[in-house]
Amino acid sequence: MYRSHVLVCGGTGCTSSNSLAIIEALESEIAKKGLQDEVKVVRTGCFGLCALGPIMIVYPEGSFYSQVKVDDVPEIVEEHLLKGRLVKRLLYDETVTMDDVKSLQETDFYKKQHRVALRNCGVIDPENIDEYIAFDGYMALAKCLKEYTPEQVVQIVKDSGLRGRGGGGFPTGLKWSFTAANQADQKYVVCNADEGDPGAFMDRSVLEGDPHCIVEAMAICGYATGATEGYVYVRAEYPIAVKRLQKAIEQAREYGLLGKNIFDSGFDFDLHVRLGAGAFVCGEETALMTSIEGNRGEPRPRPPYPAVKGLFAKPTTENNVETFANIPQIILKGADWFASMGTEKSKGTKVFALGGKIKNTGLVEIPMGTTLREIIEEIGGGIPNGKKFKAAQTGGPSGGCIPASLMDTPIDYDNLTAIGCMMGSGGLIVMDEDNCMVDIAKFFLNFTVDESCGKCTPCRVGTKRLLEMLDKITAGKATMEDLDKLEDLCNYIKANSLCGLGQTAPNPVLATLKFFREEYVAHIQDKKCPAGVCKALMTYSIEADKCRGCTACARKCPAGAIEGKVKEVHTIHTDKCIKCGVCMETCKFGAIVKK
Amino acid sequence: MKTLEELMAIRENAKKKMTVREDTGDDNIRIVVGMATCGIAAGARPVLNAFVDEIAKRDLKGVTVSQTGCIGMCQYEPIVEVLEPGKEKVTYVKMTAEKAVKVVNDHIVNGNPIVDFTVGAATK
Repeated sequence: MYRSHVLVCGGTGCTSSNSLAIIEALESEIAKKGLQDEVKVVRTGCFGLCALGPIMIVYPEGSFYSQVKVDDVPEIVEEHLLKGRLVKRLLYDETVTMDDVKSLQETDFYKKQHRVALRNCGVIDPENIDEYIAFDGYMALAKCLKEYTPEQVVQIVKDSGLRGRGGGGFPTGLKWSFTAANQADQKYVVCNADEGDPGAFMDRSVLEGDPHCIVEAMAICGYATGATEGYVYVRAEYPIAVKRLQKAIEQAREYGLLGKNIFDSGFDFDLHVRLGAGAFVCGEETALMTSIEGNRGEPRPRPPYPAVKGLFAKPTTENNVETFANIPQIILKGADWFASMGTEKSKGTKVFALGGKIKNTGLVEIPMGTTLREIIEEIGGGIPNGKKFKAAQTGGPSGGCIPASLMDTPIDYDNLTAIGCMMGSGGLIVMDEDNCMVDIAKFFLNFTVDESCGKCTPCRVGTKRLLEMLDKITAGKATMEDLDKLEDLCNYIKANSLCGLGQTAPNPVLATLKFFREEYVAHIQDKKCPAGVCKALMTYSIEADKCRGCTACARKCPAGAIEGKVKEVHTIHTDKCIKCGVCMETCKFGAIVKK
Repeated sequence: MKTLEELMAIRENAKKKMTVREDTGDDNIRIVVGMATCGIAAGARPVLNAFVDEIAKRDLKGVTVSQTGCIGMCQYEPIVEVLEPGKEKVTYVKMTAEKAVKVVNDHIVNGNPIVDFTVGAATK
């Protein structure tokens, strides 16, 4: 019996900040003190607060150590694990008050969160099926097979109000009922783990932190829809997720939770993993299935929908990782419990990957209907460096943005759609006054131009032309006429593309045009970039009254564009200046300005 | 896996191994063992382990065992404090593994602090 458990985050974020070396150091240090039979080291999935990684929690105290280094390990073992004295300097500062240590759940970051899909992430050892079972794992599958008919399972999912978490928001129960209604000799369940939006990592974290819940949920879906085989399509760029998922599948097979005649019910189900090579379009459901079949990942026209003719031309149910992650809890706690969370038409919770200009970068799960203000100011800890919030980008390259004026909009599928935005898979990139909205639109367009599969012309050629127009705007060469053309082309691409990629590719342009049109106009008419990002539209200059003639800038300038003698005012030659900004960073007197 | 019972058995077994990770609520009984240099030298480690093992053996819920630093009465180490919500703290001194088992039985399970083991009895 271990008296203490030390949980160390083994998610991708903390792993890249060296958490594996910390685990090794912990184990050797614990052995050195002879504590190996008293203290257990557990590698978990993501805790969510990635900004403070590597993260370590010590139980029974629940002490939350953040930004731990290998060099700190001997001190933690000697002081905390052996002598029971907390190493206060390493505790997450928000948990340390004057005379007490607060629990993690009371901190601003965790307080407003409600973890359903992420319930086991950072709590269990994802590579140990027993720990999953300890937290009621596979009980939902047992309950379905023993107590419910497939129709009843579909009805529970319908009643819960769960909608697809991959972005579209299609009611999950309805989707299942379509597949269930079709007769076929073989049906399939597919899990879409091809998370491609830049900045999004919700699905990766679920697979890394709680892979068994996906295995269980897919088996439940198989039972409900009449499928006996499932495929998880996961990006090859997620090596930790792939490894843990494969391990989970092997363990489930060993326990007979996958395979033939599960729970003696006559139900057979097995899972396969397929790795995606990193094409964004393969996150689109028909392209994904084409890729699993071994063909080039290109979308195909719908109808026929996958529920009729999906994978290998058989009826198929496809859901996203986060959608599946909710299923076991819905079965165990009931549809009413799930439907009690969220807003009228968007039930439950949603996981967001917080990134960009925000203090607490990481993974948060909140009930639907939470406002953007709560997410950014309370959970996210606000914008660093005292900057002003400008907008939040949701939905990645398919989504739009929420400006500061709409910060109090309760976030759910319908509210976001109403303001021309989109829930998307859950990437939430925060932007401050230093971000240029035209540049942001250009960034996402660049991405879709690269990722367009090329099958249909509106997307292949249209996005390229859109990008060229944006280039023209940021170079200060566009006219107001171009702005109208830009908008027309956006609407054309939206209406005529074959799949979701093209249909949503113009969204970042349309959304920024809607809320930040004046920035586009400033680029075109005034030839200015208000945020000071677009290089072609700005100049650096030296304010004569502030310059002391210290020569620091002139010495640092890589282009030799600054001229001036010691103790005399310097000048920048704009024809030579490459606008790298080094001089501005170098100047101690704030004499260099960017306009 | 053929039956629900098999799954339940695995669950119960796995749960026992993870009680240490349960949310330590305010209504828990806390057993705190002095584990500074003086405590360790006087044999606090076997005492600590005896508490952990006995509590696991009896499958007690809502009891946590943790360590603390030097309490200041080094001559009486190993010292163990039992903190029950709403009750006065009980301090046991010169503990051994055998005494620890008895404390779990008499005090924690049956609610009768063992006066003979306490600091009050030792300083008389």
